[in-house]
Amino acid sequence: MTDLSLILTPDYISVILLPALIAGIAVSLCASLLGVSLVLKRCSMIGDGLSHVGYGTLCIAVALGWAPMKVTIPVVIAAAYILLRLSENSRIGGDTAIALFSTSALALGILASSKANLTTDVSHYMFGSILAMSRGDVIFSVILSICVLFVYLLFYDKIFAVTFDENFARATGLNVRFYNLLIAVLTAVTVVLGMMMMGALLISSLMIFPAVTAMRINKHFRGVVLTAVIISVGCFLAGLFLSLWIDTAVGASVILMNLLVFTVASVCSGIRKKAAKP
Amino acid sequence: MAYITCEDLTLRYESLTVQEHLSFSVEKGDYLCIVGENGSGKSTLMKCLLGLKQADGGRLRFGDGLRRNEIGYLPQQSMIQRTFPASVREVVLSGCLNGRAIHPFYTKAEKARAAEQMECLNITQLADRSYRELSGGQQQRVLLARALCATKKLLLLDEPLTGLDPLVATELYGILQHIHNDHGITIIMVTHDVECAVRHAKTILHIGKNESFFGSCADYEKSAVGRRFLGENAEPEHCAQCADHHHGTGEDSGND
Repeated sequence: MTDLSLILTPDYISVILLPALIAGIAVSLCASLLGVSLVLKRCSMIGDGLSHVGYGTLCIAVALGWAPMKVTIPVVIAAAYILLRLSENSRIGGDTAIALFSTSALALGILASSKANLTTDVSHYMFGSILAMSRGDVIFSVILSICVLFVYLLFYDKIFAVTFDENFARATGLNVRFYNLLIAVLTAVTVVLGMMMMGALLISSLMIFPAVTAMRINKHFRGVVLTAVIISVGCFLAGLFLSLWIDTAVGASVILMNLLVFTVASVCSGIRKKAAKP
Repeated sequence: MAYITCEDLTLRYESLTVQEHLSFSVEKGDYLCIVGENGSGKSTLMKCLLGLKQADGGRLRFGDGLRRNEIGYLPQQSMIQRTFPASVREVVLSGCLNGRAIHPFYTKAEKARAAEQMECLNITQLADRSYRELSGGQQQRVLLARALCATKKLLLLDEPLTGLDPLVATELYGILQHIHNDHGITIIMVTHDVECAVRHAKTILHIGKNESFFGSCADYEKSAVGRRFLGENAEPEHCAQCADHHHGTGEDSGND
């Protein structure tokens, strides 16, 4: 255990901790919002698939000396579109198609990075390193997160309709394909941002955990969305300070916090159900 | 011109052709029931009417001022996720989405419309309850309210009675009759319950593997295919279900 007063010098707080906090909160917010839709649409695998594609692209970008984020985001958005199409009309079945596609992209990336001997550089993105994000990365993440948030709020009602009953939405004249694509694009952006922070391996659980926990606690869609946001941001803060305190990886600590909250919520809702049915 | 005109329609289910040369039309003010054996293409036809699927041949036209985004739809119960967290109000309001152009949030008029439909179906007191906690009959009314928010003209129903107990089914027929008579909404319903179909509908479309029928209920009862189909299906409980049908009362036969 570390004495926090030794680490938390004013310099450290303003240069490293504060930017990380802001970026982390922004990305946690986006992740939890989209997570609700992904879980309810039963395509939580898309988040996972996209993080594989994202990591693969990142490796290639770093190997070729390109700016990682600026290359990865458009590629992952394109991948989101392809994955959506694959799961819509594929003979192999949605989740299988996603697994095939995303692991192939990952393999390509690993191939590129091993050829260029980059294993240490890119492992950053495997497990995430929020405290090592550059100022530019932080600003970029915050701006993109605000965009995601804004678009989500703007289309909140339609996202609900498409998530609840796609056929009804389509039959009554809503452009379902567009809104599905919108969800996929927002997810893609969030995945890439989250990857820098939480790492490619953990980002999909940052999307899924708060949503699933919120569904145990709340019965209304808006309630679920709000609860998921609160849980996500709360767990991020708790995880970040835990990691500073006991000196562990940030991403993993945040996920463990999520697991803890999920377990407590499950047990509580289980007890409540038992109590309701004597 | 009719609301919907189908000419020489071909329907395929996967690679199997289930219907060919299917022609019929739905006029404003009609109450059409689509009946037929399992696998005859009822649901596929419904998908075409809803625009969820392209017809595999022939022509399907909308007319008489009816537009694609002016139809309401009541899906089969099984098509909705049972564990979805949503309040009744949220579900009903989502029916209002098709009418609006660009403004992002529900307007006062849309909220009023949702409230009016909830009142009409007697579910106002459920507005803040969670959809997943309701009984089958209550859920069906919520979805019906949502469908009515989406349309003032035409309502499509896909086997709305599957999984409902007879009492609730009777009540639903009463509500539909009320909507049809008093609100002037045209109804197209896919059902396997022929007995009730002939009792409530004005027009019957029977699609079978070999023989089809399109015409009034009275003609259907006289036709060979109608007699055979009605005879086969004449089970006592079906008759009882329709015999004492009444307009939708506020009584909930739910299990809450």
